[in-house]
Amino acid sequence: MPIVSATSRSATLRKSFTVSFIVGLSGLAFGAASVAAGFSVLQSCFLSLLTFSGASQFALVGIMGAGGGAISGIATASFLGIRNGLYGLRMAPIMKVTGIRRIVAAHVTIDESTGVALSQEDLGDDAMRTGFWFTGIGVFIFWNLFTLLGALGAQRMGDPASWGLDAAVPALFLGIVWPKLKTTTDRLLAGVSLVTSLSLTPYMPAGLPIISTALIAIFFGVVKK
Amino acid sequence: MSAMWWGVLGTSTAAFAFKYIGHSVPNHMMEHPKVLRVNVLIPIALLTALVAVQTFTDKTKLTFDHRVLGVSVALVALLLKAPFPVVVLSAAISSAVLYRFG
Repeated sequence: MPIVSATSRSATLRKSFTVSFIVGLSGLAFGAASVAAGFSVLQSCFLSLLTFSGASQFALVGIMGAGGGAISGIATASFLGIRNGLYGLRMAPIMKVTGIRRIVAAHVTIDESTGVALSQEDLGDDAMRTGFWFTGIGVFIFWNLFTLLGALGAQRMGDPASWGLDAAVPALFLGIVWPKLKTTTDRLLAGVSLVTSLSLTPYMPAGLPIISTALIAIFFGVVKK
Repeated sequence: MSAMWWGVLGTSTAAFAFKYIGHSVPNHMMEHPKVLRVNVLIPIALLTALVAVQTFTDKTKLTFDHRVLGVSVALVALLLKAPFPVVVLSAAISSAVLYRFG
């Protein structure tokens, strides 16, 4: 076991706390968007407690709020959740947990907990585990707290469009996808997905034009050498 | 049970299933390069389509309204390498101003 000094441990904890608080704050936006999309405060809180994966949650409320059915909402949200499974693969050999601890570790396996853990790689497995647990549980606490506050706030807000919420949510997704567009293939796929989803919109129930772009992504991934 | 509750429970079940499977399957089963590449590409397609649909449509109609201004401002902010909260806030403010006073 590597020796982790007190200073590097507190640096890990500081990083975990900062990430947890900043990311948790965006729970305000989720709570507000969820209520604006027609979900109740209780449903919004259940989503943050049980799904606990920001992109999936925003996708579900975005699609169902735009009139899409539960099936296309769940399907799109689930595709976005596959990524967490791959994080789980990466983290499992480091966490070495079983039983109830594996269930808890799995539930808090998200971008942030995995990201902080991997950023501690030089400090050894112990620091990675510390970063994973503190960030995962920290984000969980703040994300759920701020979801509740955002949902309660949105109930008093009235028309979400007059607060810009209907533009803030797509802007948020744009901000998430933008750094992912690294190669020509990525940008081409994004362009084709944009055109396809808009072209299909008048001819399909809401939600399906989005989920159908997953097929384009699979095609791109399989044909590329 | 309402469609909203089905959405909440279905999404939550699938989200946890993927996380738990990730922690439980032997590594070699998912390390195929094509699987990894598709996993990177799927979120790009879905998120871009989500941005497009939330910006340019209303139910099953194509639209062009205040949201287009908001998301365009966000795009400019991204091109200027603005921090994430600035991107989202600038979109909200510009869209709300056009909606209220446009």
